[in-house]
Amino acid sequence: MKIKTVTEKVMNTVFFACGIVAIACVVIITGYMLYAGLPAIFKIGPAKFLFGTEWASTAAEPKFGILPFILTSVYGTAGATLIGVPIGLLTAVFLSKVAPKKLANAVRPAVELLAGIPSVVYGLIGMMVLVPFVAKTFNLANGTSLFAAILVLAVMILPSIINVSETALNAVPPEYEEASLALGATKMETIFKVSIPAAKSGIAAGVVLGIGRAIGEAMAVMMVAGNVANMPELFTSVTFLTTAVSKEMSYSAGLQREALFSIALVLFCFIMLINFLLNALLKHKKGGR
Amino acid sequence: MKKLIAIVLTAAMAATLLAGCGGAASSSAPSAGSSAAGQAALSGKVATNGSTSMEKVIGALAEAFMMENGGVDVTYDPTGSGAGITAATEGTADIGLSSRGLKDSETGLTAITVALDGIAIIVNNNNPIADLTVEQIKGLANGEVTNWKEVGGKDAPVVMIGREAGSGTRDGFESIIDVKDSCKYAQELTATGAIIAAVAANENAIGYASLSAVDDTVKAITVEGVEASETTVQDGSYKVQRPFNFVVKEGAEQSAAVKAFIEFAESKEAADIIIAAGAVPLAK
Amino acid sequence: MLQNDRSPRRRLRDNLLRGAICVAAATTVLLLVSLIGYIFMRGLPYISWELLSTSPSALRGTIGILPNILNTFYMILLALIIVLPLGIGAAVYLNEYATNRRFVAIIEFATETLAGIPSIIYGLFGMLFFCQFLGLQVSLRSGALTLVIMILPTIIRTTQESLKTVPESYREGALGLGATKWTMIRTIILPSSLDGIVTGCILAIGRIVGESAALIFTAGIGAVIAGNIFQAMSRSGGTLSVALYVYVFERGKFDVGFAIASILMLLVFGINLLAKFAKRRLSR
Repeated sequence: MKIKTVTEKVMNTVFFACGIVAIACVVIITGYMLYAGLPAIFKIGPAKFLFGTEWASTAAEPKFGILPFILTSVYGTAGATLIGVPIGLLTAVFLSKVAPKKLANAVRPAVELLAGIPSVVYGLIGMMVLVPFVAKTFNLANGTSLFAAILVLAVMILPSIINVSETALNAVPPEYEEASLALGATKMETIFKVSIPAAKSGIAAGVVLGIGRAIGEAMAVMMVAGNVANMPELFTSVTFLTTAVSKEMSYSAGLQREALFSIALVLFCFIMLINFLLNALLKHKKGGR
Repeated sequence: MKKLIAIVLTAAMAATLLAGCGGAASSSAPSAGSSAAGQAALSGKVATNGSTSMEKVIGALAEAFMMENGGVDVTYDPTGSGAGITAATEGTADIGLSSRGLKDSETGLTAITVALDGIAIIVNNNNPIADLTVEQIKGLANGEVTNWKEVGGKDAPVVMIGREAGSGTRDGFESIIDVKDSCKYAQELTATGAIIAAVAANENAIGYASLSAVDDTVKAITVEGVEASETTVQDGSYKVQRPFNFVVKEGAEQSAAVKAFIEFAESKEAADIIIAAGAVPLAK
Repeated sequence: MLQNDRSPRRRLRDNLLRGAICVAAATTVLLLVSLIGYIFMRGLPYISWELLSTSPSALRGTIGILPNILNTFYMILLALIIVLPLGIGAAVYLNEYATNRRFVAIIEFATETLAGIPSIIYGLFGMLFFCQFLGLQVSLRSGALTLVIMILPTIIRTTQESLKTVPESYREGALGLGATKWTMIRTIILPSSLDGIVTGCILAIGRIVGESAALIFTAGIGAVIAGNIFQAMSRSGGTLSVALYVYVFERGKFDVGFAIASILMLLVFGINLLAKFAKRRLSR
């Protein structure tokens, strides 16, 4: 009997410890990002760091302005969202409301496969097919550009948007749609005026998830964006926050290295913001039901 | 589909088996007494870490060294010169590999030059340019020359492709051509192979890459009439070159295996291997 | 009345919208088909037994991906061994033990947060924490530990979902028969949620196979076969995805890249099929 209660207590503690692990990880990661990233920001000066337009980390007089990276990440993500969301949302509508069940069941695995493709494979295709294509189509000397990166990111965020939106659309109570149809609305009117508005917080969650994926993607972007620290323009080589870090990390030393961790901290802040937004949206959805 | 998966899985399982055999074979080698120098068989691990440009050289040296000393395990992590030097300082690697000299801030370390490397200036195979002066290269790199016809080529825009900040190759190129901090790049890539591939893919591109990595997919031009080759690098007539260094911590305790590997890399025997790997051994 | 409602303009708009939906869905499917088709077309011809069964040799100048295949397996094995107890334990705690709702919400928020952190951040964190702070160096085990944090949310979520499907009457029955809570969990709860755990594992394997950014800085890109798994753990080892990146972007070996991409796609196919199979069993 005694051994039993001891076992009980031990197992209780073990499970509790496992439960804590996730929290511990978040705390340690946050702590480390701050610890590694903050010093350089203050050495360089927060305003100079965040709003400086020039990045020359190994110059005789190094300049550590990361505004080009921030803007590139923002523009790149916005562009990818602009292209990815309509296609993704409409595909979700197709799967959830329009397609016959059999066809939907055939298309859905395709979306899952798209989600499973490793990002380096997207990068490979982008580098070998998309970059030369962009150079030819727009008559550029050099195809690696923000535009190429946007296209790659748009494809990469499709599965997140489709999956989450479809789940949200499926969860719309059928009575809503039946009522709308009974009142004489056409199927399309019902979808766009009833179903989508009813599923909007779920769809928003899908979009935010996609944004999170786009802003955090490194490898695929690295292979198509050209990686020069220019202020973003659609057809110039650009550097994202993620690629700024991964590009120079292996050869970096001293303040340059510290500044790279500071860039990672900025990226981390963006991600946390998106996480909070996502959480709020999902909670809202749960509460609304 | 199912068949394919089955084939892949079988292959993977077979591979695992093979690997097991391989490991057993190599660990039994020292007992066979294959140590060339006739000393007691060496064993242990030599961890090297650093420059990606030194990959071929260190790969060949390690492979040859391990063939002679089956009990030694030489590992190589191509992380970059900076990371290699850091690793040597922090003791996470036995030997840091650096394709540039040590900076003033990097103290407490000794750099042992084991080889030299020419930095080839490469253009696309379809580019008619065959020779450039240092001055012309400078113009192309810093953006003063924007069209190939200004240096005697076709009427086409110049696309300058280079390495990322901190790279040993970039450092070497920029300081020799005297374009430090003033290079105008169209693409910054993180490895030698990437630059060669990008130049091979773009007719208007010019880039620079370690001589050891250049193959026939791109054209290495002559600089002031001197072709980049083993002899011209060794005698210094080809100007764009840099050292390949082993970086070790001063006063750190080195295992017998580490010492032997460094000796091996400096030996006459290693010179042929270094040449085979495309780099240039020091003039002896 | 009805005919009035379905005016030509309305019908036109309806058809336009329907057209847009179909075009979007077709775009998605076409994208996938052309992506996979292109990869296989360029990659499958280059998959050879030699490529799959050898190590790369700098001396002979050959390329083989056997070490990368093995590293991928080791990585999966190591990461799963560590993450499974942690993830399942956390899920059991959340579902069976935790009574404080606020606390559960905090854990769940932490899990969601972990799921949202991009792999490049994990890579940096792993490099700072596991490789440097804990002194594990750039090695398979550092990589595996980094992956553990990455896939923890997946395991927790899928296990939790299947724990929820275990009927309450099972628990009451077991406790009513005098079993302690731990006995109840061990003999009733865990076995009946096995399918969910398996699904979680399959999803996690998919993530590990495709991961690159988090592993480059933590596990490196080593491609030498170690004697056994324990030796392999303490040295740098690149998985297939990492090797793809290295061969393509750093060395410009596109054929090898496409061959690895084909292998990865076949693995992804297999993993998806397995996941579907597991899910079907779960819902039964």
